[in-house]
Amino acid sequence: MLAQLLFVLISAAAIWLFARNVKKIRRNILLGKDIDRSDAPAERWKTMAMVALGQSKMMKRPVAGFFHILIYVGFVIINIEVLEIVIDGIFGSHRILSFAGGLYNFLIGSFEVLALGVLSACIIFLIRRNIIHLKRFSGTEMKGWPVSDANYILIAEILLMTAFLTMNAADYKLQALGVSHYVKAGSFPISAALASILPDNITALEVIERVCWWFHIVGIFAFLNYIPYSKHFHILLAFPNTWYSNLNNKGKLTNMASVTNEVKAMLDPSFTPPADATPGRFGAKDVTDLTWVNLMNAYSCTECGRCTSNCPANMTGKLLSPRKIMMDTRDRLEEVGNNIDKHGKDYQDGKTLLGDYITAEELWACTTCNACTESCPVNIDPLSIIVELRRYLVMEESNAPASINNMFGNIENNQAPWKYSPTDRINWINQ
Amino acid sequence: MNQLHIKTMADYMAAGEEPEILFWVGCAGSFDERAQKITRAVATILTNMGIKFAILGTEESCTGDPAKRAGNEFLFQMMAMTNIEVLNAYNIKKIVTACPHCFNTLKNEYPGLGGTYEVIHHSQLIQQLIDEGKLKIENGEAFKGKKITYHDPCYLGRANGVYEAPRAVIEQLDAELTEMKRCRTNGLCCGAGGAQMFKEPEKGNKDINIERTEEALALKPDVIAVSCPFCMTMIRDGVKLAEKETEVQVLDIAEIATKANGWS
Ligand code: SF4
Ligand code: SF4
Repeated sequence: MLAQLLFVLISAAAIWLFARNVKKIRRNILLGKDIDRSDAPAERWKTMAMVALGQSKMMKRPVAGFFHILIYVGFVIINIEVLEIVIDGIFGSHRILSFAGGLYNFLIGSFEVLALGVLSACIIFLIRRNIIHLKRFSGTEMKGWPVSDANYILIAEILLMTAFLTMNAADYKLQALGVSHYVKAGSFPISAALASILPDNITALEVIERVCWWFHIVGIFAFLNYIPYSKHFHILLAFPNTWYSNLNNKGKLTNMASVTNEVKAMLDPSFTPPADATPGRFGAKDVTDLTWVNLMNAYSCTECGRCTSNCPANMTGKLLSPRKIMMDTRDRLEEVGNNIDKHGKDYQDGKTLLGDYITAEELWACTTCNACTESCPVNIDPLSIIVELRRYLVMEESNAPASINNMFGNIENNQAPWKYSPTDRINWINQ
Repeated sequence: MNQLHIKTMADYMAAGEEPEILFWVGCAGSFDERAQKITRAVATILTNMGIKFAILGTEESCTGDPAKRAGNEFLFQMMAMTNIEVLNAYNIKKIVTACPHCFNTLKNEYPGLGGTYEVIHHSQLIQQLIDEGKLKIENGEAFKGKKITYHDPCYLGRANGVYEAPRAVIEQLDAELTEMKRCRTNGLCCGAGGAQMFKEPEKGNKDINIERTEEALALKPDVIAVSCPFCMTMIRDGVKLAEKETEVQVLDIAEIATKANGWS
């Protein structure tokens, strides 16, 4: 009875805490400017099904893709087992779903195989990160917390899977010994092999089974509450993030409506801008100048580095790293959110995304080649953040390299980015 | 060099006629010495195929692409609206251009400002002519047995999903098309986009065009094919720096088509 009560309390606390953190993230994301991404729902569902559910972009790198899918499928399916664990926990029952007979045995058997798969994949991922030191997982932004974060997740999953298999092994042995509470149910293709290393003493087995059971479920709740602080949040946000992804041709940049109004007014003095047009800032200086989709992108980033490893600027030694752009945006947004919690809505800490996190040198290295957006497995768009920050640099601060200012001057004066006379435009005909 | 007779929109207007298509030349195609040759190749194809086409001539202005990518949305929209006014005044319906940057801007960014046209890249036009059986290049002696690799421009490839049209031209030849490891969606930028063409690269340990040219040269090609005047500049610089300009030619898709036909 006490165990059941404790279980209900722990579950309620875990879910409440998780909901609170998710709400905070949602609030932070909605600090971004509005953008309408509700068009073409059919195409959006399809994109989400392909990219998030089907992980279509992960297989571009087959090794990582294969093991990632193993963890993903394992994670999702093993969670069916959690359902039973929760019911058992509340009612003090044991393997309550075992009435399903053959189907139940098949499910428990598959969970075990998957658990072993997840376990192996996590070990391989740890080796790739910590022993082989794949280049993709290094870089200036990959120091300290991001490195530990990735390792914590992998270690946590290994521990959870180990507890799950050990629990089954003890259960299997208790069933074989005919202990009354342990109904004969399930099939244990993996843990049966583990059973031989467990003691034969019934009390010891019961303790092992219970400890692993509690460790597994409390571990899952703890993990649930770790997710919002981690890059692992992508397991949830990948879905909305792909649904709301940019469906236009990648080469299309937004036309700024505020600029359209001003240009129209310049070209045609009789033009009156629409009443709801608020001039505001041109481009983005801080996270709140970006759109909520940009901000959701930042929380969805899994720091995998596919973008950065394909970035022509980064691979030739420039400061720019699209992954860093996303991580900086998230870090700054978290900071802004924490400020709101501590000091209220209008607090200014004197810091901004541009300057305190991202430098002009990084921004000017981008060739707008779209390699980053193409390679991101969850359709994140670092380029649109880069362009917004450049717009601020140029239109609000007139802070462009001299040669770029020259180019602007040429376009303004001779309608071409180079210093040629417009009358020379047809010289090619007689060259 | 053969004499080209090019008519402007103003010429057509004066004669009370309308062309089938507008050839948007672009700033690189107008002023850059090497790119002018590409422009002439496109004009030669249009002329020899008997297509009624016009240029804007001195009425053409920069699309505003480099200004927009550099963050100067004001200048971009100024240029865009001026151009749209001219294009709409001439009642333009269809545009072909040899520059992927102009292509991208005209196709994707002008409609929102009131300029909606059917815009195609010259590689798409050439492919169409081949498909229709009008343009034949398979007998081109100039490329017999040659090894050709093709560099995808970002603004044609990833930006607009055009990967096959330029390759279709090469595949017609009696030549071997070899792909670089980084091709199509994985193509590597030449380093010129996003207004980089107009500035020095930021501090780093290598120039992007060198990285890309090395990849192409490693295949030991006879020809590196491009379909963008900016890529042309960047890859040619890379080839020159590697001192390979006598062995390796850098050619635009349009030039391949004209050379195969003995038109240039
Ligand atoms: S668009 Fe910019 S940031 Fe993205 S890969 Fe290309 S150069 Fe790098
Ligand atoms: S933006 Fe996408 S590709 Fe880049 S690190 Fe984040 S998840 Fe990976």
